[in-house]
Amino acid sequence: MDLIDWSRAQFALTAIYHFLFVPLTLGLSFLVAIMETIYIKTGDEKWLKTTKFWVKLFGINFVIGVATGLIMEFEFGTNWAAYSWIVGDIFGAPLAIEGIFAFFLESTFFVVLFFGWDRVSKGFHLTSTWLVAIGTNLSALWILVANGWMQYPVGMNFNPDSMRYEMGNFWEVIFSPVAVAKFLHTIGGGYVTAAIFVVGVSAWFLLRGRETQFARRSIIVASSFGLFASLFLLLSGDESAHQVAQKQPMKLAAMEGLYEGEGRAGIVAFGILNPDKKVGDDLPEFYGDIQIPYALSLLGYHDINAFVPGINDLIEGNKQFHIMSASEKIERGRAALSDLSAYHEAKKIGDTSAAMASLKAFDANQSYMGYGHFNDPLQTIPPIALTFYSFHVMVGLGSFFIVLFIVLLYLGMTNELLTTRWALWITFMSIPLGFVACEAGWIVAEVGRQPWVIQDLLPTMKGVSALSTTTVKITFWAFAILFTTLLIAEIKIMMAAIAKGPHIAEKGEDHV
Amino acid sequence: MFETWDLLWLQNYWWGIVSLLGGFLAMMLFVQGGQALIPALSKNDAEKTLLYNVFGRKWELGFTTLVLFGGAIFAAFPLFYAVSFGGAYYAWMVLLFSFIIQAVSYEYRTKKGNTYGSRTYELFLSINGYLAPFLIGVIISTLFSGGAFIVDESNLSHWVINTRGLEALSVPFNVLGGISVMMLSRVLGLLYILNTVVDKSIAHNAEKKLRIEMVVTTAFLTSYAVWIFIVPGVSANDAGVIIEANRYFYTFINHPIWVLSPFIIGLGLFLLGGLRGAKSGFWFATTGTVLMVFALLFSTGINGEPYYPSYVDIQSSLSIVNSSGSRYTLVVMSYVSLFVPVVLGYIVVVWRAMMRPITHDEIKNDPFSY
Repeated sequence: MDLIDWSRAQFALTAIYHFLFVPLTLGLSFLVAIMETIYIKTGDEKWLKTTKFWVKLFGINFVIGVATGLIMEFEFGTNWAAYSWIVGDIFGAPLAIEGIFAFFLESTFFVVLFFGWDRVSKGFHLTSTWLVAIGTNLSALWILVANGWMQYPVGMNFNPDSMRYEMGNFWEVIFSPVAVAKFLHTIGGGYVTAAIFVVGVSAWFLLRGRETQFARRSIIVASSFGLFASLFLLLSGDESAHQVAQKQPMKLAAMEGLYEGEGRAGIVAFGILNPDKKVGDDLPEFYGDIQIPYALSLLGYHDINAFVPGINDLIEGNKQFHIMSASEKIERGRAALSDLSAYHEAKKIGDTSAAMASLKAFDANQSYMGYGHFNDPLQTIPPIALTFYSFHVMVGLGSFFIVLFIVLLYLGMTNELLTTRWALWITFMSIPLGFVACEAGWIVAEVGRQPWVIQDLLPTMKGVSALSTTTVKITFWAFAILFTTLLIAEIKIMMAAIAKGPHIAEKGEDHV
Repeated sequence: MFETWDLLWLQNYWWGIVSLLGGFLAMMLFVQGGQALIPALSKNDAEKTLLYNVFGRKWELGFTTLVLFGGAIFAAFPLFYAVSFGGAYYAWMVLLFSFIIQAVSYEYRTKKGNTYGSRTYELFLSINGYLAPFLIGVIISTLFSGGAFIVDESNLSHWVINTRGLEALSVPFNVLGGISVMMLSRVLGLLYILNTVVDKSIAHNAEKKLRIEMVVTTAFLTSYAVWIFIVPGVSANDAGVIIEANRYFYTFINHPIWVLSPFIIGLGLFLLGGLRGAKSGFWFATTGTVLMVFALLFSTGINGEPYYPSYVDIQSSLSIVNSSGSRYTLVVMSYVSLFVPVVLGYIVVVWRAMMRPITHDEIKNDPFSY
């Protein structure tokens, strides 16, 4: 592995660790806010204990999320310095805004949520709890605006003198349809993950015959919230896929393992990819698969007859559907790069008319400039197996969660939760699955965008810091060891806190 | 309103905001100073736990300020973000690691299942307590002493020394800066204890320590300031970047309102705070710290003078003019900055609402205490 691979590996490592804690923070913050609201409305002390129990778990998870998040703010600079200069004028803004609007809200009111129970009024405390929830979700908004822009860059212009992209329209950046869909889908994923966590932990109490009232109450709140969030997830997922089809057709083709484009394309419900399949050959794409007919055309273009381009079409081009081949894009990209350097040469010697002519020629092919860095059209294909399987794991788990929430709600309403042990076991075993689904979704978004760091504008290899491979290896292992060490402690503390049960929120019994 | 400002004004405005954030970051280092002092100030477990709880309710703001500091530089001065973070790689990484271990340590220190024992988390907090202020001081000092970077024609940057920022530790001036900030953080930590802790034995200990630490800190700060005034620095003219004797001294003299006064008033307030001790000394000293650090940082870049010299290629030196975001982005971010007073407002409200001193009994009875 060389510099680019290690740099990607380090970013993936730190982001995957960070994203283990984010979804739970996003969802649990709302769940505790809802529970505390019920307590304030009913005045029932049992709801207070329930709230405090989940706040305790929230806190254990929250601090490690903060710890792993710090590096994300700086890693663009440390490991992606070229990226930071080339697109920092657009990308930096949402990160700074996230700090001002979201992080201070979280960190200020987090202290009240934890230590303010007897120091401020009930209303002040409840407001603080809601502000923590809003703060965490606002931070997701801004970071996903930034990420949405990497998937679908809008609202900017290339400045040939400073050699970077500059922001031209802030509103286009933040209201980009990709950013909006991404934000909604990601926070939905967080809500569902948190709901799965809460029902899973509660199921454990029921299986042990402990804290049954508390567990039942938590299951009903969390599965209602989870079901509602799942439907929201379904809608935002549909919109996300629709956006991917329009803006990142290569990613969609990889998600579905689709080589040969087709109209009335189906979605693979289940499939095993043929690893020998290459662009342009006649081998089958799958060893075996089950398709849902028309679904991909419908999902991608909201039209069952729509043509969905496959990898072959995007690489080799398809005249009938006006798809340019990758090799032509590379040609045009090279032309753009050479016109750009001609512009700089002319400018250096003061030949204004030659400079203007080069700039005009550059403008004609500017949008393909990123392609000019590739040698081979096949380099523009993302890792297909990883993207395909991650996508299908995410969708499969999401569908399973809907069924699970419905079953739990039914059993909760009919008072059969305690007696239906198989459902409790399945629920308990599902705790890790929410996290798996979230990470899989992140992999689809980021790996599916490869080899680009900014879709069609900047190849990942051109964004990296000029570091030695050894340097990045050292920090990669340092992060791997430190984060794993902290994760082990986090999980063990979490399990100990769960094992103690919600009565730990009783005064005087908890302190260790 | 910001649309009508000219570009240099916007760049100055944002350099001012970055400098102010640096000031607030230095102020919030009182938590680190406190962390470093806890073992020496507590005679038994109860006192130690009380002190960890006192500082454990304040660590988040400093952490968040550091994050915002990174974000603000990214948005307003992306070339500095790329050159410094990507260049002085190890220096920043060590600093970040020291903050990562801080974030979990308060919460996990006394929790059942914490795997590595309380002492490990206390060690983490000590490491962060010494290392973070020291490294922040070193890094601030490199704005005067420079870095080993080259910026090419495409504005892509290269660091030419393999130690990647750690070489800054071999420059005596940087080390002096590191120790000065570390000492400063300890004084602020002691003052915070004197102003918030009701335990008499701890307060007595802190009071004794404050006198010595205050004298040493003042000596360090003064020699640091003198050193800045006598060293040559880089400045920009039409021909490019040149070396100028006593450059920072002249900057201080030429900008009496924005640099000299805040520095002198800041230093005065800091000293006054140290003398007042338990009588609101913390608020005087922290206000002084914000002003002093603001003035120091602002002096480096005001009006387009290079704020980050390159000692391997002086023409690569960064100024607010050649490293800033586009005019459009600076205008957008300037509107965003109008929200900062709102943030400060709610921080003050919450800080006051949570003001009541923490007692041993409260810690014993509160399931959430650290």
